[in-house]
Amino acid sequence: MNATRRTTLAGIAALAVAPFGAHATPETMRAAIAAVASGRPMREGKVTLDIQPLVDNGNTVPMRVEIDSRMEGADRVRAIHVFNERNPQPHVLSVAFGPQAGRASLSTRIKLGDTQKVVAVAEMEDGTLWTAGVDVIVTIAACIEGIE
Amino acid sequence: MAIPLVNAPARVRRGEVFEVKTLVAHPMETGFRPGMNGTLIPRDIVQRLRCRFAGADVIDVALSPAVAANPYVAFHVRAERSGTLELTWTGDNGFSASHSVAIAVE
Repeated sequence: MNATRRTTLAGIAALAVAPFGAHATPETMRAAIAAVASGRPMREGKVTLDIQPLVDNGNTVPMRVEIDSRMEGADRVRAIHVFNERNPQPHVLSVAFGPQAGRASLSTRIKLGDTQKVVAVAEMEDGTLWTAGVDVIVTIAACIEGIE
Repeated sequence: MAIPLVNAPARVRRGEVFEVKTLVAHPMETGFRPGMNGTLIPRDIVQRLRCRFAGADVIDVALSPAVAANPYVAFHVRAERSGTLELTWTGDNGFSASHSVAIAVE
């Protein structure tokens, strides 16, 4: 009984101190983006990052990213990368588009551990980079409950 | 073996761009959450979703733990001729799931 209570308390203490082991920061996000950019300049525009600005539940946040592109020639989108500032890791997802992709668009659901900025970076066929960021307020963060 | 849900049209017009919606049952355990005893629950995620149509790539998605449980991914495909849409998911602990849909171009 005592041991059970102790382990439970230890679990709660661990939760209170560190719901995540380590956190991404705006700096680690910038580093992750720089790794994708590898020195190329990035411009604002072309990218639509659709996330609701006020999120009730960070465990599942609908997200849509779409690039203004005809998907032909130099205008084709090679890949999209999505990053965040304050989850444990800065990377959310990357998608590479093949010749059968009809549109440079992807919808999914993500986890957000805190109020933060989410950034999408699009890499075009001609090597140019376009970006957009959205500030999201999260009221109930993902991973608050550490116990199944 | 997880059973994926895939929503794709059975018939499309030539050159039409259509949306494919996919969902696969998976916990997407991040590896950053402490369990009952305070130690971290090991990571268990879907790492990759790959979709091909008529033998050519549509999308290749690399997922991080930041993707929500039961990963839902929707995207657009262009069909110039009839073919099979092949989807494969792979992940930690040997996770693998696949699904294919025949799509007829009219």
